Amino acid sequence: MQDFAEAFTVAFGLVGALDADLVEIVVLSLRVSLAAMVVSCVIGLPLGGWLAISRFRGRGVMLVVVNALMGLPPVVVGLMVYLNFSRAGPFGWLGLLYTPTAMIVAQTILITPIIAALSRQVLEDLNTEYAEQLRSLNVTGFRVVRTLVWDARFPLLTVALAGFGRAVAEVGAVIIVGGNIDHLTRVMTTAIALETSKGDLPMALALGIVLLLIALGVNALVMSLRATAARYAYA
Amino acid sequence: MKKVISAMLASLGLAWAFHSQAPAADRAILVQSTTSTANSGLYDHILPIFTEATGIAVNVVAVGTGQAIKNAQNCDADVLLVHAKPAEEKFVADGYGVKRFDLMYNDFIVVGPKDDPADISGMSDVGSALKKIAESGSVFASRGDDSGTYKAELGLWKSAAVNPAAASGAWYRETGSGMGATLNAAVGMGAYTLADRATWISFGNKGDFEIMVEGDNQLFNQYGVILVNGDVCPNVKSAEGKKFVDWLRSKDGQTAIAEFTVGGQQLFFPNAGDGAT
Repeated sequence: MQDFAEAFTVAFGLVGALDADLVEIVVLSLRVSLAAMVVSCVIGLPLGGWLAISRFRGRGVMLVVVNALMGLPPVVVGLMVYLNFSRAGPFGWLGLLYTPTAMIVAQTILITPIIAALSRQVLEDLNTEYAEQLRSLNVTGFRVVRTLVWDARFPLLTVALAGFGRAVAEVGAVIIVGGNIDHLTRVMTTAIALETSKGDLPMALALGIVLLLIALGVNALVMSLRATAARYAYA
Repeated sequence: MKKVISAMLASLGLAWAFHSQAPAADRAILVQSTTSTANSGLYDHILPIFTEATGIAVNVVAVGTGQAIKNAQNCDADVLLVHAKPAEEKFVADGYGVKRFDLMYNDFIVVGPKDDPADISGMSDVGSALKKIAESGSVFASRGDDSGTYKAELGLWKSAAVNPAAASGAWYRETGSGMGATLNAAVGMGAYTLADRATWISFGNKGDFEIMVEGDNQLFNQYGVILVNGDVCPNVKSAEGKKFVDWLRSKDGQTAIAEFTVGGQQLFFPNAGDGAT
């Protein structure tokens, strides 16, 4: 149990000293996972909206598939992206393997199903409420999705945060496509894995505490923005 | 107007997220490496010296030897630095590598819990020690991956005429993970394990574990370095990669390797002069 006490000491020491290497790793973690979150929302929200309002043959199957993809193992995603971005793979000519961009791509694939599936649920619930009114106003197609997404923007923030949480916490995908290269592709989770394998458990735990603090900070920031915006909107 | 501004901000943000920040990227080479050299801190010591001398940055991906070779075969490397001579020679023979050079060596050791259930502490014959572990059914943690250490371990069991696979899941436990993770598992289970000395010395979670067996000639651990073949992999930065290989084998590189110590102990012993294969 001494490890825990030591870990907290190390963690506060790291944060207090604002260690340059740590800042670099934290910034890269945020950069990669926030970008993945934004791209996933751009893809996932319209997809979720479309699944929410449309009725077609095979929709049930598609819902099951999208929901199941929420459980995509990060290692499998990492492997798929590796095989595609490897020099021997179809997109090898892009030279993206072992770059932050490859990590963003991997995390985007990982969390887009989460954004799509959860937003589908939110938007479908809202649609049952709005459907009649929208029909009477003769609003159809993509404009319905736009209206629903806008009106559900606050619950959808939570959906986006769920995606961010998954992205920033995963290690399996980014360690394969990023390679955990010092000063280039090392993020919080791969640094934690590295310290664990070195047997420096207090340091690994300390980095874990820092990661938690960051997730806490991001969530607090988004929630306070949301509260401010909500006050504004309903004032 | 507001929309235009937010769209601009959003695209700026994405551009920042995706921009490839690359210090001297054109002159950066990629090394696929075994983990022991990276985890022990060897690269942190020698790479800055190389970069200062040549202006070439070196990016290191540290994985098990098997995976490193696989990645290099996919052309995702300029230089390969691993420790499994037969696999390295095959890599060159198959045309993926230009030439293999001996670079440095250290040795493997058997570590185990202080109470030493198989009573092997201080033995110098690794074959008899492994036999005693098997006969007493003491727990042994194996890498169980495709790493250089695992290949060496399999060779040792073979020469001890023990088939540990028969006890897989019983006293013989294959963790299927890296050296550090396997050491963590061994310490957690009170199991014996085979480790390279560099990883062991720089390992932080030793618990009450000690070195049990060392000094057998069979425990010799040779590291090799190979430039990936630019004819097979056109993307390979041959000139820069060759500079790195040459530097590692030069007097400067060999001295830098020898000077690297952890807790006053030298972890790698340069022997590039011993010729190439």
